[in-house]
Amino acid sequence: MSLQGKVWKFGNDVDTDVIIAARYLNTSDPVELAKHCMEDGDPTFAAKVNTGDIMLAGKNFGCGSSREHAPIAIKAAGVSCVVAKSFARIFYRNAFNIGLPILECPEAADEVNEGDVISVDVGSGAIVNQTTGKTYQAVPIPDFMRQIIDAGGLIGYVKGRVSQDV
Amino acid sequence: MPMTITEKVLAAAAGKEGVKPGELINAKVDLVLANDITGPVAIKEFAKIGRAKVWDKDRVALVPDHFTPNKDIKSAEQAKLVRDFAHAQELTNYFEVGRMGIEHCLLPEQGLVGPGDVIIGADSHTCTYGALGAFATGVGSTDLAAAMALGETWFKVPESMKFVFNGKLSNYVGGKDLILYTIGKIGVDGALYKAMEFCGEAIRQLSMDGRLTMCNMAIEAGGKNGIIQPDEITRQYVEGRTKRPYTFFTSDPAAQYSEVFEFNVADIEPQVAFPHLPENARPVSQAGHVDIDQAVIGSCTNGRMEDLRLAAEVLQGKKVHKRVRLVIIPGTQEIYRQAMREGLFEIFLDAGAVVSTPTCGPCLGGHMGILAKGERCISTTNRNFVGRMGHPESEVYLANPAVTAASAVTGHISHPGEVL
Ligand code: SF4
Repeated sequence: MSLQGKVWKFGNDVDTDVIIAARYLNTSDPVELAKHCMEDGDPTFAAKVNTGDIMLAGKNFGCGSSREHAPIAIKAAGVSCVVAKSFARIFYRNAFNIGLPILECPEAADEVNEGDVISVDVGSGAIVNQTTGKTYQAVPIPDFMRQIIDAGGLIGYVKGRVSQDV
Repeated sequence: MPMTITEKVLAAAAGKEGVKPGELINAKVDLVLANDITGPVAIKEFAKIGRAKVWDKDRVALVPDHFTPNKDIKSAEQAKLVRDFAHAQELTNYFEVGRMGIEHCLLPEQGLVGPGDVIIGADSHTCTYGALGAFATGVGSTDLAAAMALGETWFKVPESMKFVFNGKLSNYVGGKDLILYTIGKIGVDGALYKAMEFCGEAIRQLSMDGRLTMCNMAIEAGGKNGIIQPDEITRQYVEGRTKRPYTFFTSDPAAQYSEVFEFNVADIEPQVAFPHLPENARPVSQAGHVDIDQAVIGSCTNGRMEDLRLAAEVLQGKKVHKRVRLVIIPGTQEIYRQAMREGLFEIFLDAGAVVSTPTCGPCLGGHMGILAKGERCISTTNRNFVGRMGHPESEVYLANPAVTAASAVTGHISHPGEVL
């Protein structure tokens, strides 16, 4: 899967309350959640992000709550992929489970600027900054996670198993 | 092969002789859990799998605790979805308002989690149950849906970090201070993906309530789980309470740790974590003069009997500062009743505090004490992120129940010694 998009940059320890504040968790409707994506960090984000854009962040992205509403809000806002120095573990699982590709790449997280256009090959982890021409290699996605992506998310993967054992 | 307690619990659940950090395993789960926020998403995903019934109706716990008693129409709809599913599936462990509590106070109290268990919950503070010597970790709703269908889930076996707490605790220093201090040392991603094993003389002396508080906040350092080896205190807690058979696992002396930290707890004062990260911990003596508008005592971190008793000890015969609202939230109906019996409510009400029915409430900015722009709150909860308790320009300071109660009295962040 190859993606290309404009970069929005964020700092370290972006928490799930910033990604989607609890006051909006009285619904799980992706469209509603998307309207408030990143609101407490940047209230203008949901309005300015375009389909296909890419989020780039520092360490420990998605720390805090287990709310799957966080990757759902990001995905529904149109973001195609998140690249960060590192991810909090529950967010990491959730993102794959709901089909939001995420990659760890500390160098790209440091060097790529907001507004640059980057392309990301999710399978190989190759990242190219189309604005500067510089290339990066993200930590490859573990094989097991790739099986989940190939099945279209965890539910697809589990469905495959359930139909085998009945 | 020498193993840590985390590795042993996971190996047993995976049906293996041994496991190593980094290994991917499929493990049987003993209990899965969701609440009124994560439950609806899990239920919708479960429906897509194509299994009519959950794998075991006794082992799926649903606790509507976050926005309950429901704060608005939307949250009432979410709670209804969970309730209808629980009834349709004939779940044994659905806890209705009036019989419920904050999930991580409730499940240990009800004996639904025990030593040696593997538990996943669609709530990040599921790591609380490590205090009993279980492997417990938070997952998202989709992972939970899969486990509701299969009774198992996948894990990557984490590396373990060991935290040794030596010495004797000072007055008004408890589990909350030890964990805030630890997060202050290693940072909010200091234990990313790892198991945090707490041990040492000070842990052996810590009550079960204090241990639950410590393991509760392992996630605040990025940890996969927090865990404490079971001992006599564990035995006393689980005997006659835990509903399923349990196993006491211990770490082998030669087990491997990625890092070992040793702290002398005699040097640790009550801690306060400044906005907007739990790692901004400092001793209360170095807090400076910070005026507060609200104080909250409750949550899955510090909403248990010991916490309420401590708050009452500080508040006895005192008045809450005229500028301050003090909101006290017992963690479960059981705790509520016990606190009432012990006369703690009398002390709280005399002081001018409000006592709420069990709920997460303000902890996540839900209801029952939301902050306005520019307001400051000292709270026994576990997160002080931007906007966590209300307006994005409000502030939350994390502390133990004694410091929180004392601060409610003085109107600014204070050591309990200031009012006693
Ligand atoms: S009390 Fe707070 S941290 Fe605990 S489960 Fe409720 S919202 Fe989460």
